[in-house]
Amino acid sequence: MTEALNLASLIPGWILILTGSGFIFTGALGVLRMPDLYTRQHAAGLTDTLGSGLLLCGFMLQAGFSQTSLKLGLIFLFIYFTSPVAAHALVNAAYSRGQRMQPVDNRVNAEENAASNMP
Amino acid sequence: MFIFAGIAVLCAMAMALVRLVLGPTAYDRVLAVNLFGTKMVLLIAAMGFLTGRPDFLDIALAYAIINFMGCVAFMKFIRYWTRAENAGK
Repeated sequence: MTEALNLASLIPGWILILTGSGFIFTGALGVLRMPDLYTRQHAAGLTDTLGSGLLLCGFMLQAGFSQTSLKLGLIFLFIYFTSPVAAHALVNAAYSRGQRMQPVDNRVNAEENAASNMP
Repeated sequence: MFIFAGIAVLCAMAMALVRLVLGPTAYDRVLAVNLFGTKMVLLIAAMGFLTGRPDFLDIALAYAIINFMGCVAFMKFIRYWTRAENAGK
Protein backbone atom coordinates (compact mmCIF):
# COMPACT_ATOMS: atom_id res chain seq x y z
CA MET A 1 0.00 0.00 0.00
CA THR A 2 2.70 2.47 0.96
CA GLU A 3 4.78 1.34 -2.01
CA ALA A 4 1.88 2.02 -4.35
CA LEU A 5 1.43 5.42 -2.75
CA ASN A 6 5.13 6.15 -3.15
CA LEU A 7 5.04 5.13 -6.79
CA ALA A 8 1.93 7.22 -7.41
CA SER A 9 3.69 10.25 -5.98
CA LEU A 10 6.94 9.54 -7.83
CA ILE A 11 5.58 9.22 -11.38
CA PRO A 12 4.27 12.82 -11.62
CA GLY A 13 7.69 13.89 -10.30
CA TRP A 14 9.43 11.98 -13.11
CA ILE A 15 7.09 13.46 -15.70
CA LEU A 16 7.76 16.98 -14.43
CA ILE A 17 11.52 16.41 -14.40
CA LEU A 18 11.46 15.07 -17.96
CA THR A 19 9.36 17.99 -19.19
CA GLY A 20 11.51 20.53 -17.39
CA SER A 21 14.69 19.02 -18.80
CA GLY A 22 13.20 19.13 -22.30
CA PHE A 23 12.34 22.81 -21.92
CA ILE A 24 15.79 23.66 -20.55
CA PHE A 25 17.53 21.86 -23.41
CA THR A 26 15.28 23.49 -26.01
CA GLY A 27 15.83 26.92 -24.55
CA ALA A 28 19.59 26.59 -24.59
CA LEU A 29 19.43 25.29 -28.15
CA GLY A 30 17.37 28.35 -29.04
CA VAL A 31 20.00 30.64 -27.53
CA LEU A 32 22.57 28.94 -29.73
CA ARG A 33 20.59 29.02 -32.96
CA MET A 34 18.59 32.25 -32.91
CA PRO A 35 19.83 35.08 -35.16
CA ASP A 36 19.48 38.13 -32.93
CA LEU A 37 19.89 39.33 -29.33
CA TYR A 38 16.16 39.87 -28.81
CA THR A 39 15.12 36.47 -30.12
CA ARG A 40 17.86 34.85 -28.04
CA GLN A 41 16.64 36.60 -24.92
CA HIS A 42 13.12 35.47 -25.73
CA ALA A 43 14.26 31.84 -25.92
CA ALA A 44 16.43 32.08 -22.82
CA GLY A 45 14.06 34.00 -20.58
CA LEU A 46 10.91 32.04 -21.25
CA THR A 47 12.34 28.55 -21.11
CA ASP A 48 14.61 29.46 -18.22
CA THR A 49 11.65 30.29 -16.00
CA LEU A 50 9.39 27.48 -17.14
CA GLY A 51 12.03 24.76 -17.28
CA SER A 52 13.44 25.69 -13.89
CA GLY A 53 9.94 25.78 -12.42
CA LEU A 54 8.99 22.37 -13.75
CA LEU A 55 12.31 20.83 -12.75
CA LEU A 56 12.12 22.21 -9.22
CA CYS A 57 8.50 21.11 -8.83
CA GLY A 58 9.57 17.64 -9.96
CA PHE A 59 12.32 17.65 -7.36
CA MET A 60 9.80 18.75 -4.73
CA LEU A 61 7.53 15.84 -5.55
CA GLN A 62 10.49 13.46 -5.38
CA ALA A 63 11.55 14.80 -2.00
CA GLY A 64 8.16 14.45 -0.37
CA PHE A 65 6.95 16.75 2.36
CA SER A 66 10.05 17.84 4.26
CA GLN A 67 12.43 20.73 4.80
CA THR A 68 14.08 19.90 1.47
CA SER A 69 10.89 20.61 -0.45
CA LEU A 70 10.45 23.87 1.46
CA LYS A 71 13.89 25.02 0.37
CA LEU A 72 13.18 23.91 -3.19
CA GLY A 73 9.95 25.90 -3.07
CA LEU A 74 11.88 28.99 -2.00
CA ILE A 75 14.34 28.56 -4.89
CA PHE A 76 11.42 28.06 -7.26
CA LEU A 77 9.68 31.23 -6.08
CA PHE A 78 12.87 33.26 -6.37
CA ILE A 79 13.72 32.06 -9.89
CA TYR A 80 10.10 32.38 -10.98
CA PHE A 81 9.92 36.04 -10.01
CA THR A 82 13.42 37.28 -10.79
CA SER A 83 14.23 35.61 -14.11
CA PRO A 84 11.75 37.72 -16.13
CA VAL A 85 13.00 40.83 -14.33
CA ALA A 86 16.60 40.09 -15.34
CA ALA A 87 15.47 39.39 -18.93
CA HIS A 88 13.64 42.70 -19.15
CA ALA A 89 16.57 44.56 -17.58
CA LEU A 90 19.00 43.18 -20.16
CA VAL A 91 16.81 43.99 -23.15
CA ASN A 92 16.00 47.45 -21.76
CA ALA A 93 19.68 48.21 -21.24
CA ALA A 94 20.57 47.01 -24.74
CA TYR A 95 17.77 49.08 -26.29
CA SER A 96 18.75 52.18 -24.36
CA ARG A 97 22.29 51.78 -25.72
CA GLY A 98 21.05 51.70 -29.30
CA GLN A 99 20.93 48.00 -30.09
CA ARG A 100 18.12 47.36 -32.59
CA MET A 101 16.61 44.21 -33.96
CA GLN A 102 18.06 42.54 -37.07
CA PRO A 103 16.06 39.34 -37.36
CA VAL A 104 16.87 37.74 -40.70
CA ASP A 105 18.30 40.25 -43.12
CA ASN A 106 21.63 41.28 -41.66
CA ARG A 107 21.70 44.59 -43.52
CA VAL A 108 18.76 45.92 -41.51
CA ASN A 109 19.99 48.06 -38.59
CA ALA A 110 23.49 46.73 -39.12
CA GLU A 111 25.29 50.06 -38.78
CA GLU A 112 23.21 51.05 -35.76
CA ASN A 113 24.10 47.82 -34.03
CA ALA A 114 27.76 48.15 -34.92
CA ALA A 115 27.84 51.72 -33.57
CA SER A 116 26.09 50.84 -30.35
CA ASN A 117 28.41 48.05 -29.23
CA MET A 118 29.95 48.41 -25.82
CA PRO A 119 33.73 48.90 -25.84
CA MET B 1 16.15 10.37 -13.11
CA PHE B 2 18.30 12.99 -11.42
CA ILE B 3 21.19 11.93 -13.64
CA PHE B 4 19.03 12.65 -16.68
CA ALA B 5 18.17 16.09 -15.36
CA GLY B 6 21.85 16.72 -14.56
CA ILE B 7 22.93 15.73 -18.08
CA ALA B 8 20.28 17.96 -19.69
CA VAL B 9 21.36 20.91 -17.53
CA LEU B 10 25.02 20.24 -18.37
CA CYS B 11 24.20 20.29 -22.10
CA ALA B 12 22.38 23.60 -21.61
CA MET B 13 25.40 25.02 -19.79
CA ALA B 14 27.71 23.89 -22.60
CA MET B 15 25.50 25.64 -25.16
CA ALA B 16 25.49 28.79 -23.05
CA LEU B 17 29.30 28.65 -23.01
CA VAL B 18 29.35 28.41 -26.81
CA ARG B 19 27.14 31.48 -27.03
CA LEU B 20 29.45 33.20 -24.53
CA VAL B 21 32.40 32.66 -26.86
CA LEU B 22 30.57 33.28 -30.14
CA GLY B 23 28.22 36.13 -29.29
CA PRO B 24 29.01 39.12 -31.48
CA THR B 25 27.76 41.74 -29.03
CA ALA B 26 28.48 42.09 -25.33
CA TYR B 27 24.77 41.73 -24.53
CA ASP B 28 24.83 38.19 -25.92
CA ARG B 29 27.60 37.39 -23.47
CA VAL B 30 25.68 38.85 -20.53
CA LEU B 31 22.71 36.76 -21.59
CA ALA B 32 24.89 33.65 -21.69
CA VAL B 33 26.28 34.37 -18.22
CA ASN B 34 22.79 34.83 -16.79
CA LEU B 35 21.65 31.57 -18.38
CA PHE B 36 24.74 29.79 -17.05
CA GLY B 37 24.06 31.05 -13.55
CA THR B 38 20.46 29.89 -13.54
CA LYS B 39 21.41 26.47 -14.83
CA MET B 40 24.13 26.27 -12.18
CA VAL B 41 21.43 26.59 -9.52
CA LEU B 42 19.56 23.63 -10.98
CA LEU B 43 22.76 21.62 -11.30
CA ILE B 44 23.64 22.22 -7.63
CA ALA B 45 20.14 21.11 -6.61
CA ALA B 46 20.42 17.95 -8.76
CA MET B 47 23.87 17.22 -7.30
CA GLY B 48 22.41 17.59 -3.84
CA PHE B 49 19.83 14.97 -4.65
CA LEU B 50 22.38 12.67 -6.26
CA THR B 51 24.87 12.74 -3.41
CA GLY B 52 22.13 12.53 -0.80
CA ARG B 53 23.08 15.78 0.96
CA PRO B 54 20.20 18.25 1.19
CA ASP B 55 22.55 20.99 2.42
CA PHE B 56 23.39 21.86 -1.19
CA LEU B 57 20.06 23.64 -1.52
CA ASP B 58 21.28 26.47 0.72
CA ILE B 59 24.20 26.94 -1.68
CA ALA B 60 21.80 26.90 -4.63
CA LEU B 61 19.57 29.56 -3.08
CA ALA B 62 22.53 31.79 -2.23
CA TYR B 63 23.93 31.44 -5.75
CA ALA B 64 20.57 32.28 -7.33
CA ILE B 65 20.45 35.51 -5.34
CA ILE B 66 24.07 36.38 -6.15
CA ASN B 67 23.59 35.70 -9.86
CA PHE B 68 20.50 37.87 -10.06
CA MET B 69 22.09 40.75 -8.17
CA GLY B 70 25.24 40.61 -10.29
CA CYS B 71 23.36 40.63 -13.58
CA VAL B 72 21.04 43.48 -12.56
CA ALA B 73 23.99 45.54 -11.28
CA PHE B 74 25.82 45.02 -14.56
CA MET B 75 22.78 46.04 -16.56
CA LYS B 76 22.28 49.12 -14.45
CA PHE B 77 25.89 50.03 -15.20
CA ILE B 78 25.27 49.52 -18.92
CA ARG B 79 22.22 51.73 -18.82
CA TYR B 80 23.64 54.63 -16.89
CA TRP B 81 27.28 54.10 -17.90
CA THR B 82 28.69 56.45 -15.24
CA ARG B 83 27.45 57.09 -11.76
CA ALA B 84 27.24 60.87 -11.87
CA GLU B 85 26.81 62.06 -15.44
CA ASN B 86 24.03 60.09 -17.00
CA ALA B 87 22.01 58.97 -14.01
CA GLY B 88 18.37 59.78 -14.44
CA LYS B 89 18.31 60.02 -18.26
